[in-house]
Amino acid sequence: MIYNEEFETLPREALKALQLKRLQQVLQRVYYTVGFYKKSMDAAKITPESIQSLKDLQKVPFITRQDLRNNYPFGLFAVPMSNIVRLHASSGTSGRASVFSYTRRDLDTWTDLTARSLVAAGLNKNDIVHNAFSYGLLPGGLGLHYGIEKIGASVIPISDGNTKRQITILQDFGPTVLCATPSYALHLAQEGTAMGVNMKSLQLRVGIFGSELWSDATRDAIEEAFNIKALNIFGLSEIMGPGIAMECLEGRRGMHIFEDHFIVETINPQTGETLPEGEEGELVFTSLTREAFPLIRYRSGDISRLITEPCRCGRTHIRMERVLKRSDDMLTIRGINIFPVQVEAILKDIQGVEPHYQMILDKEGALDAVELHVEVSDIFFGEAGGVKELQMIEKRIVKDMKDYLSISPRVKLVTPQTLKEGGKKVIDKRTI
Amino acid sequence: MKVEQISVFLENKPGSLEHATRVLKENNINIRTLSIAETVDFGILRLIVNDVEKTNQVLKEAGFRVSKTIVVAVEVPDQPGGLHGIMEVLQKESINVEYLYAFVEKSGQNAVIIFRFDDPEKAIDVLLKQKFTVVPGAKLYEF
Repeated sequence: MIYNEEFETLPREALKALQLKRLQQVLQRVYYTVGFYKKSMDAAKITPESIQSLKDLQKVPFITRQDLRNNYPFGLFAVPMSNIVRLHASSGTSGRASVFSYTRRDLDTWTDLTARSLVAAGLNKNDIVHNAFSYGLLPGGLGLHYGIEKIGASVIPISDGNTKRQITILQDFGPTVLCATPSYALHLAQEGTAMGVNMKSLQLRVGIFGSELWSDATRDAIEEAFNIKALNIFGLSEIMGPGIAMECLEGRRGMHIFEDHFIVETINPQTGETLPEGEEGELVFTSLTREAFPLIRYRSGDISRLITEPCRCGRTHIRMERVLKRSDDMLTIRGINIFPVQVEAILKDIQGVEPHYQMILDKEGALDAVELHVEVSDIFFGEAGGVKELQMIEKRIVKDMKDYLSISPRVKLVTPQTLKEGGKKVIDKRTI
Repeated sequence: MKVEQISVFLENKPGSLEHATRVLKENNINIRTLSIAETVDFGILRLIVNDVEKTNQVLKEAGFRVSKTIVVAVEVPDQPGGLHGIMEVLQKESINVEYLYAFVEKSGQNAVIIFRFDDPEKAIDVLLKQKFTVVPGAKLYEF
């Protein structure tokens, strides 16, 4: 099924013409309303008028996550706050997070795109959707929520956590669709089985999973555990949230990028040069219709490959393969994106430890587990030489990591030797 | 009248205490008495040694996190009620003990109890007034 037949099956020529028109419009808007773009385009000696073809987009400088941080909190907004109706944000301490804003029309577009995604997964108004994506500042839960309501299905806004309750609801409410991060889905399956519930005999028939790197092997494991079809959804908080691209039930190979709203390019992450469609590289997104927070040539850091062959589902939009690699040091832990530099920023503010650490990521059952080794400083227990002081420092680290990054690590205080032996800042033992 | 104790942070992993005692041995440092406080993840080794400065230095050079802590040593007859006499006084004066450990002198006559107070000055005053024998650092290191 196709939700927005007119736009999702637009012939490619017409789609390209629409993209160019929208690109020229958005460039006009950002050039005159957002200081950052005026500066960067002036520096590149171009104006919005320089862009006469889609290929000309390559003349426009990239925008990076660092640019987003530099303009924290509202520096890149293209409309006044009076026109903004919602704010979302990434995790992180002040100046290291990013804030994303939406006008009423942005939310309508987003809802349309999540509705498209859900229909591509075969959903209709008879479905009951167990939405275990996180509701809150991160855009995952709310983003899908409105799409589910839009298509007339019933949404259970369960969010993440409270696993036993979730399993009870999966049994009692009989949802037909599960939305979650792949690792949380597997965790539900394991916990349910441990509680003696037959997770294969629930009413679920399809699952929509994303916001983590996950492999075909994980997909097989989820499909087996719940006896469902598992589909991949793609989103970037910076660009919009979930619903930028969605795998269709018919094709089940790669996610259709909704190209009437986004332009995707593949670049060589080292040189920044544009690669031919179909080659593996870093994906760069341009949002064509966003009013409050348009991003032009945003470097996602996600490494993938575009699939240009037509899809059997009838959608004309290009597909992207599942993301299995990053071009930077971003880590996704239980669906939350964090950077090592954010951990450092937290440790810097805590007296008694040095901002030297080693983070060890592993799986505890299906879920990500974080062990954080932090170097005690020379003044660590000060006068008292006490256990209490050190335990308070440990608690403070756990609390700040939870408060700022929504990560609950196991903290272990260590001496400098141990970190030296360990070498790297991040040891990722997880398999995806 | 105060005594300096060396406090050493130890990770809870095999060999970390052995490493510390090896450094002390190699530097010819004699331990007068010691105690270890432990949690699930780490321990703190508390040492009274014959040479505080040297111990501080060599352990730091070996990569340990070390701090000096002020404690108070009190000598009591090694007999029933020895410790209780002190505790009674401290309780009356509302002086809190953070931790303590003890050892028996070579002669076998007396015990020495090492106290960590949050206010060592006040504790010493009170103990002296009550005629307890507070052992000065210099004497203790040479015991």
